[in-house]
Amino acid sequence: MAYEKRLDGRKFDELRPVEAKVGVVENAAGSAMFKIGKTIAIAAVYGPKELYPGFLQDPTKGILRCNYNMLAFSGSGDRVRPGPSRRSKEISMVSEKALLPTLDLSQFSGTVVDVFIELIQTDAGTRCAGITAASMALADAGIPMKGLVSSVAVGRVGGKIVLDLSKEEEDYEGHATDIATAMITSTGEITLLQMDGLITKEEIKKALELAKKGNEKIKEIQIKALKERYQTGKK
Amino acid sequence: MGLLVNERDIVVPGELLAEGIDYIPGDDVFRDKEKLIAIRLGLVNVSGRQVKIVPLVGPYVPLRGDVVIGKVVGMGFSGWRIDIGWAFEANLNIKDATSDYVEKNSDLTKYFNYGDYLMVQIINVTSTKLIDITTKGPGLKKLTPGRIIKVGSSKVPRIIGKQGSMITMIKDATNTRISVGQNGIVWINGEEPKKELLAIEAIRKIERESHTQGLTEVIKQFLEENKNGI
Repeated sequence: MAYEKRLDGRKFDELRPVEAKVGVVENAAGSAMFKIGKTIAIAAVYGPKELYPGFLQDPTKGILRCNYNMLAFSGSGDRVRPGPSRRSKEISMVSEKALLPTLDLSQFSGTVVDVFIELIQTDAGTRCAGITAASMALADAGIPMKGLVSSVAVGRVGGKIVLDLSKEEEDYEGHATDIATAMITSTGEITLLQMDGLITKEEIKKALELAKKGNEKIKEIQIKALKERYQTGKK
Repeated sequence: MGLLVNERDIVVPGELLAEGIDYIPGDDVFRDKEKLIAIRLGLVNVSGRQVKIVPLVGPYVPLRGDVVIGKVVGMGFSGWRIDIGWAFEANLNIKDATSDYVEKNSDLTKYFNYGDYLMVQIINVTSTKLIDITTKGPGLKKLTPGRIIKVGSSKVPRIIGKQGSMITMIKDATNTRISVGQNGIVWINGEEPKKELLAIEAIRKIERESHTQGLTEVIKQFLEENKNGI
């Protein structure tokens, strides 16, 4: 079945409606909210603080610890069982690895920077929304970083390469391929690349080009949100 | 080519500040071949050929020579452990605290007790974990009861102002004594609680608006308007 028009009427290279806000958690060192379509992620950064147990400390640099969590009521009907799961442990790990290449934690040796990513509503692309929010929260916390990490999913739905898949597209009958990407757009480095499904070599090249475009757009929104916090004169 | 941002622009990490080799990177800026890139959220400061970032946010990282306010959180045989708002506690040795002859196993609480706030200076940072501090020096002492508030360490220069102009103004207007540590801990003591609260509110206002220009005038007006309390 040919996929001529997207289920929600978007263009093939169009993002879902995006919203971003920085400084949503007053008590955290840095925090941010990122909303894409119906997916809402909140990230909060705490630290640098002393890392326990001591044997995990790195005397040459600080370490980053991410915690990804979907709230019980976040899904589309079914209750999400609280607490760590196989899936959330994996996403915590990939988020950490997606963010680490941009950070410079060399002056925080022996410490840990904690990043908590909470998904209060989920539709699709939660890990991407989480990483995008976390990157803004880290910048808001004043952690030195060489660039913002932007993240978006691309994929193939019914033979067409599309940007930012929605839940309906992920579940599209026939074949849907979902590729989560994260990039440091200022340097062009890819820090996250995960795929679910099948794709050809040519198609993945095309998909990554599209991801780059999408990430550029997300970066603009991130920058706007970070600057807005200070232009309004509020902390 | 050349400088791509203006003085006092707000920049985010990864933002391109200048191209070419005419400019040199200062604090919180790094060079990637021909590009100068910001690594912190802050304001651009250009002095001559140097481009640096004045950070708007960020954790306090202890540096040798900093005068900070700390709280006594531990006591051992040879000194005290002081919380200075960093991931690790600082070490205050007896020899850096007093010139008295202190008998072995004597009671150290007669100098400093748990919960006391001290104005201290960092004398050595061997690693992030080993920080030595002293209370010997001009202005370093145990702080008498007062109000303690915490502000971002990056706002401290704004709170103090040029040659202490801002803090002197608040002190005079509210008739309080104020000590500001480099770590962002502020101690306030005054005759009237009302005036103390006004001083706190003024400091909070500076913290919120530290990136704006003409702040001294704004604070002057704020203190004038609320001189009978808020």
